[in-house]
Amino acid sequence: MASRRVNQDLPVIARFEVRHRNYLAPDGSIQRPLPAFASDAKLLIALYRSMVLLRLFDRKAVALQRTGRLGTYAVSLGQEAVSVGIASAMRKEDVLLPSYRDNGALLWRGVKLEEILLFWGGDERGNRFSGPVHDFPFCVPVGSQAPHAAGVAYALKLRREPRVAVCLFGDGATSKGDVYEAMNFAGVHKLPLLFVVANNQWAISVPLRLQTACETLAQKAIAAGFVGEQVDGSDVVAMRAAAEEAIAAARDGKGPRFIEAVTYRLGDHTTSDDAARYRSAEEVQAHWKEEPVARLRAYLVAQKMWSKADEEQLAAECHERVEAAAERYLATAARRPESIFDHLYADLPEVYAAQRRELAGEHDA
Amino acid sequence: MPEATLVEAINLALARAMEDDPDVVVLGEDVGVNGGVFRATAGLQKRFGAERVLDTPLAELLISGLCVGMAAQGLKPVGEIQFMGFIYPCLDQLVNHASRLRNRTQGRLTCPMVLRTPHGAGIRAPEHHSESTEAMLAHIPGLRVVMPSSPERAYGLLLAAIHDPDPVVFLEPTRLYRAAKGEVEDNGEALPLDVAFVLREGGDVTLIGWGAVLKETMAAADALSAEGIAAEVIDLATLKPYDEDTVLGSVAKTGRCVIVHEAARTGGFGAEIAADIAEHRLSSLLAPVTRVTGYDTVVPMARLEQYYMPSVERIMTAARKVCQFS
Repeated sequence: MASRRVNQDLPVIARFEVRHRNYLAPDGSIQRPLPAFASDAKLLIALYRSMVLLRLFDRKAVALQRTGRLGTYAVSLGQEAVSVGIASAMRKEDVLLPSYRDNGALLWRGVKLEEILLFWGGDERGNRFSGPVHDFPFCVPVGSQAPHAAGVAYALKLRREPRVAVCLFGDGATSKGDVYEAMNFAGVHKLPLLFVVANNQWAISVPLRLQTACETLAQKAIAAGFVGEQVDGSDVVAMRAAAEEAIAAARDGKGPRFIEAVTYRLGDHTTSDDAARYRSAEEVQAHWKEEPVARLRAYLVAQKMWSKADEEQLAAECHERVEAAAERYLATAARRPESIFDHLYADLPEVYAAQRRELAGEHDA
Repeated sequence: MPEATLVEAINLALARAMEDDPDVVVLGEDVGVNGGVFRATAGLQKRFGAERVLDTPLAELLISGLCVGMAAQGLKPVGEIQFMGFIYPCLDQLVNHASRLRNRTQGRLTCPMVLRTPHGAGIRAPEHHSESTEAMLAHIPGLRVVMPSSPERAYGLLLAAIHDPDPVVFLEPTRLYRAAKGEVEDNGEALPLDVAFVLREGGDVTLIGWGAVLKETMAAADALSAEGIAAEVIDLATLKPYDEDTVLGSVAKTGRCVIVHEAARTGGFGAEIAADIAEHRLSSLLAPVTRVTGYDTVVPMARLEQYYMPSVERIMTAARKVCQFS
């Protein structure tokens, strides 16, 4: 750790702190008193079901990719609690600005499994999804959706709407100016905006220690003038609780918050990646002991909220849903080639309409 | 009709758009209290409040990204980039987001934003303040690129850009901000986008330009007429999508064409027009299509910039040459 010590004779003019939040230990035992919502068994089970569905869905998506029926795909394995926990604390009218590894949030907000497959299968119609109409689609250029989130939140504030923008990205994104510029602006205008970094330790092959010299990513919020909190990102109860607090504060006009969700990417970056090239099997194995699904299950089982029979039934249900969605995706015919012009402009200028006719095989008189 | 400079016309259009539509917001560096470094936004903050006319932090990427987010939420943001030399951090936002939000969501989200910036050399500004890189922007599918060359067209085209449901980059000829004066009726009427303006009719040669070079191009046309050459002058005004019909129609009539732009020659927008003429009007041509452009150099600083920009003399020489060709 780099030395932070400077001349001790100079007066201290500001002090900052970063707090860490965790409720459930990796074995599912309780670390500190649980938040109020945890007494709602239905909610905890809903969170659990979402994470299990996401995990099975990811497995199916990878199988489709490996058999040439889906394009490149990014799994959430190991970090399901981040996007599910955050989305569960949002209202429908809030605005989600996700990265490409936030399927859990999209599913929670009503996007259909087959719509996600359609997008990763190379069809833009997957982004015209069944989730809230104002939600943004996946952002692929890392962190470049953060300024959009600030623009959205500014619009919400300008119109005095009690809505919140929620922007998700990964640890690599915190190295980009986009993210800092957006955070800085959100701080200046006290915008209703929650930034969430899923710190899964790896930006493809680059480990966190090569992204930053900071002890935490949460402290990056301090430079933008607002609170950053570190949360155990493999503890969905902690994720939900942190998001609930931050979103309520933002809705209440108290300005932006930043959540660093400390988690681990157990899978490859995408189906095009081979993580064995840059990290050891031992490291990955060690993190399997912390993963969010088994953790919540252990708690639910210990509380007698969940049984083996429940688990079997859920597995069967998820299997059926995922298979049915895959069928629907595979049965969706590609659009006509000339449809690539359909949403280029509100009204297609004549010069491009001619190109459209050319692609359609029509010939100008 | 009252007279206005080009920058005053911009100001009138912004005020009119903000007056007519509460969703219009203006943002950028120094656009508030200061009224913009060229005063294009003078008085707007006082009139419409600091929420709708906001001074952003000094971050160009942010300005363009904010516009995308605001536009997706239904606002009509008009962002200002202080000089074109500082627009490059916005390219990621323009290429990856603004220009394709409609397409990538199949019409679910749209991006009705305008990004304004001063364009071009000729005001003895410091380094990085004189570029004209419009061709880069005109290459981006889904964008509109507009450049007025008179106060009247600045007013009408800016209103059109703000009303347009898709993203528009609006390039303002810095050199004409105060040099160009004309009558501007503040009547809220937009001019059509995607349409070129014929500034002068003539049957011998077509001169095509956009932005500040129209000044020299019109002067050249005047001088050529004294030599018996009747030049037709076209202000392209919208570069993307450009008005092919007006250009091709004029070339069909004259058979001769000189394209004038301040930007460097290689990959400049003149090449696009020349290619279209070759493709569609080869049989009408009586001489090779010729370009008068900035050189393929870095735009020189103040002492030499006058040699870089297309001069009346260079335009006349090119016009005479195509008129004397066989």
